[in-house]
Amino acid sequence: MSKSKKKVDKKNFHPNILCFCCNWCSYAGADLAGVSRFQYPSTIRILRVMCSGRVDPAFILEAFKDGIDGVIVTGCHIGDCHYLKGNEFARDRFERFKEVLKIFNLDKRFKLEWVSASEGKRFAEVITEFTNKIKNLGPLQAL
Amino acid sequence: MAKVGAVLVIGGGIAGIQASIDLADSGYKVYLAESTTSIGGVMSQLDKTFPTNDCAICILAPKLVQTGRHENIEILINSSIEKIEGAPGHFKVDLTQRTLRLDQEKCTGCGLCAQQCPIEAIDLFNEKLSNIAAISVKFPQAVPLVFSINKDKCIGCGICKGICKAKAIDYDLQDKLITLDVGAVVLAIGFDEYDPTPLTELGYGKHLNVITSIEFERILSASGPHSGLILRPSDGTIPKKIAFLHCVGSRDRKHRKDYCSSVCCMYTTKEAVIAKEHMNIIEPTIFTMDIRAYGKDFDKYIDRAKDEYGVRYIRRRISSIKEIPDSKDLIVCYETKNGKIIKEIFNLVVLSVGMEPNQKANELAQKLDIQLNEYGFCKTCTFSPVETSRSGIYVCGSFATPKDIPETVIEASAAAGCVNILLSEARNKLVTKKELPEELDVSDQPPRIGVFICHCGINIGGVVDVPNVVEYVKTLPNVVYAEHNLYTCSADTQTNIKEKIKKNNLNRVIVASCTPRTHEPLFQATIREVGLNKYLFEMVNIRDQCSWVHMHEPEKATAKSKDLLRMSVAKASQLIPLQEQEISVINKGLVIGGGVSGMTAALNLASQGYEIFLVEKEDSLGGIAKNIYRTLENDDVQEYLKILIKNIESNQLIHVFKNAQINGISGYIGNFSTNISYGNNGKIIDLEHGIIIVATGAKEYQPKEYHFGKDQRIITQTQFEKDLFTSDKIKGLKSIVMIQCVGSRNDDFPYCSRVCCSEAIKNALKAKEINPNIEIIILYRDIRTYGFKEKYYNFARDKKVIFIRYEEVEPPELKIKNKELKIIVTNPDLGKLEINPDLIVLSTGLVAPIKENEELAKMLKVPLNEDKFFLEAHVKLRPIDFATDGIYLCGCAHSPKDIRESIAQSNGAAAQAVKILSSEKLVTSGLVAVVIEENCIGCGSCVEVCQFNAIELIEKERAFEDFTMPIMKSYVNPALCKGCGTCGAQCPNSTIVIKHFGFEQIHAMISALLIQS
Ligand code: FES
Repeated sequence: MSKSKKKVDKKNFHPNILCFCCNWCSYAGADLAGVSRFQYPSTIRILRVMCSGRVDPAFILEAFKDGIDGVIVTGCHIGDCHYLKGNEFARDRFERFKEVLKIFNLDKRFKLEWVSASEGKRFAEVITEFTNKIKNLGPLQAL
Repeated sequence: MAKVGAVLVIGGGIAGIQASIDLADSGYKVYLAESTTSIGGVMSQLDKTFPTNDCAICILAPKLVQTGRHENIEILINSSIEKIEGAPGHFKVDLTQRTLRLDQEKCTGCGLCAQQCPIEAIDLFNEKLSNIAAISVKFPQAVPLVFSINKDKCIGCGICKGICKAKAIDYDLQDKLITLDVGAVVLAIGFDEYDPTPLTELGYGKHLNVITSIEFERILSASGPHSGLILRPSDGTIPKKIAFLHCVGSRDRKHRKDYCSSVCCMYTTKEAVIAKEHMNIIEPTIFTMDIRAYGKDFDKYIDRAKDEYGVRYIRRRISSIKEIPDSKDLIVCYETKNGKIIKEIFNLVVLSVGMEPNQKANELAQKLDIQLNEYGFCKTCTFSPVETSRSGIYVCGSFATPKDIPETVIEASAAAGCVNILLSEARNKLVTKKELPEELDVSDQPPRIGVFICHCGINIGGVVDVPNVVEYVKTLPNVVYAEHNLYTCSADTQTNIKEKIKKNNLNRVIVASCTPRTHEPLFQATIREVGLNKYLFEMVNIRDQCSWVHMHEPEKATAKSKDLLRMSVAKASQLIPLQEQEISVINKGLVIGGGVSGMTAALNLASQGYEIFLVEKEDSLGGIAKNIYRTLENDDVQEYLKILIKNIESNQLIHVFKNAQINGISGYIGNFSTNISYGNNGKIIDLEHGIIIVATGAKEYQPKEYHFGKDQRIITQTQFEKDLFTSDKIKGLKSIVMIQCVGSRNDDFPYCSRVCCSEAIKNALKAKEINPNIEIIILYRDIRTYGFKEKYYNFARDKKVIFIRYEEVEPPELKIKNKELKIIVTNPDLGKLEINPDLIVLSTGLVAPIKENEELAKMLKVPLNEDKFFLEAHVKLRPIDFATDGIYLCGCAHSPKDIRESIAQSNGAAAQAVKILSSEKLVTSGLVAVVIEENCIGCGSCVEVCQFNAIELIEKERAFEDFTMPIMKSYVNPALCKGCGTCGAQCPNSTIVIKHFGFEQIHAMISALLIQS
């Protein structure tokens, strides 16, 4: 597990990243990345929820507690939420939550992104970028 | 002869899709005939939509899937109509379905064939800007997802046939003739984009960097030819300066296109804004005649384009473009305000092409024996906007008039609404309901999970080591069975899954294959057929998330598949059966507002046998239409109104309450209760009903400007109309000035009232008819005679009505000196002008009854927009319903609109309402939120975030040792909950359970992620 405190060489570090996708836009964007064969690092594991508004900060804390190296929450662009405003509540919630994460020095390991159903390429880019960032940070040290 | 409970919808664009869904939802069998290989139409090609910049495919794709999966809709792709016989209620239609050269039933849409096909063909979906294989699917989200062979390109090499594991390809398949029995036909064939090649001065087809707006739309799209990068055709560089030219193929009498295409002003602005958003260095310039931003919230969009995005508008029509040979840049010449000629260089020119009648319109009209209008669009009448000249055949969308998406959706629902009137007796006659076995009670059993892993031909199996994953999955807790299939979605695998469930006593099922967004319902139905609750199913997407995106890393793709499956098994172990509840429906409706809209909706529903309560706040029916004598097209409104009111008052099923006031509304979809007082002495009554239609209308703005009310020679258009049609007051007049946009498009009312331009022109023409020598001058900001109304603008100019433009910053000034009226107007080109009319007519806007709307909105718990009109659920695709189920919206309560549009929307509202009224019971979803009451502290934060009014605080008694106290507890109404889960995440006490996405379930998945395989 990545909780080991040994020095790991960053190049061979294959982080474990959890990615929340909302059913209607970002999950569809991930699907389009697939259909269009846009390649991205195999570091993420997608967890589908109906709306980004469902994502409870507690999930993210749990993930970090378990030793997951990075968490990215994705949803529809503001204004596009299938449930009208779920993503706005998610945004506000995570803005506050970031302050909490800062205390534990985890804020860099967390990201909130909007990806539409037509942005297959962008989905791949967002994931690549986030993976690189987490790789740079190295494995999560035990909390 | 009994009527046939089936409908043929011709055309699978957004109009056809909406009409099909509405009809299928209200109990008819629908055949949806589409001429290409996928439904979706032009909307599927769009990048974004105005005025919200919604991503088009994001909002369309769910509708595509819904249509494709609807048990009452049969999609007939690649087909065309041959002939039609019969009468309303029972038509016989022949159609040809052209061969795809593969078997649609067998094709799984895996796309292997396209990857191997050696031949390239032009991608029409991308407007010929890129290539695709000769065997291809129209676009990635196509419905149905089947491939087809381009027979002009195919060389018959046989590679696809060899590689197709589903054995779907058959070069020799022939065209098929299909005969259908239907009760009605809906035409939704849409439009064609104008091809600007004949306008040689613009150089389209000759200059590489002159493109059309739809081509530009594809360039903008993230899934377009350059993945959303804006690159110009000649050299692939970013065009810094882009010019958009309006009215190409519209408002052009010379080329016999003398109508307005209605949408170009807005879509051009959208394209300019999006281009700027994509690449900030881009400087967009729009050359325009008028800015026709006449729709709901459109003017605000234009203002933002100007102010926030720096889009430059120049009011000039450009007649020719020159190319600079070396750079391939383009020179556009125009005259400035002070008469100077400017030559400006642009890197790219986009032609905003108009809408033309579909090229197949003529042929289809002949086959169906319907009439087209003078422009080649389908002929309709003002008071029956969705009826063609042949009864039983209806029309909607841009085949009737050029229009945007919301209006298309409205008309599609309206067409469904009118079919309802014709066919209601045949409702539910031809739809199928599956007989399902009793559900097994597995709630007490320990989980026994079965896993089915798909090779998807070689799409998954070619990268992921599927057998290895199967072996791994077998080692996971609670998994009692696992296998792999070539295609898990094929029909024979469904039978196999059912057998395996029975044989192994499975009580949870996982399929690892493609995306749940398209395939989950299929597998859920399969397990339900052997008695398992459909929520005992989980799906893992190892194609789009493993094999396709980690193509070159098979080991990692395999490891990731294992991880995803492990997470899914963890969740499946936690799944519980969910109950869908049935709620009863009161089959009566409440219509609020007795104007044309409310009456139309009421009559529509009553003619299908439903009892309606129609409440009107005034002492007579008719609303604002009481002040209108004729329409612009010269239809007699008063006569129409008389008949309408008579029909309402003589209808036994409609109960009219005049002088009525609503005191309170409670309940929810299917079960509302409304308390009203009505009549002269305010009698009070409670009405019980299942749906509500809001048709409260708008009212005329009472001007404070221009000495109104202080001088009898200054009147409003309404007063003027009355004088014109009922007196001979204007006979002696010499000169009239009309001032447009009084009380519209200003700081207080920052929107366009849409109807005033047409009103002014209508009255000007009438005045000229009475008194040909009268001078009429119309002072305007933009003339917004959209669609075919443009014809009357031209008429008016032919009749020498004078139009003088002014700008918002310098409105016309009125001076009264020695009883003489003097108007001073500043025209940007001509400068200051003085006019001495004997009558001034103010074109006043339509405003929302603010106080009434605010009160009603509060009672209904539905939102208003900034201008205090009611705000629909979704501006683009749900223009008739509110986010709260069971409440619908039509007419001017939604936004200013004319009679024709109001009638359409009212029939559309009736079509939505009848889906509820015609069902005995409503079934709620199992995916809902549930409050664990004992932990609820009654804080109400869930109530605040819920957009669907599904949550309320309810007072409960709490017993203490020697006393009781009322406390508040939150309650989620499953009939209204959409299952988004936002309340669950917002609850400070974590005491709301989101079914199927519960805390334990999600947490189980998270914890399973890290246990190494
Ligand atoms: S549905 Fe995508 S964020 Fe709400």
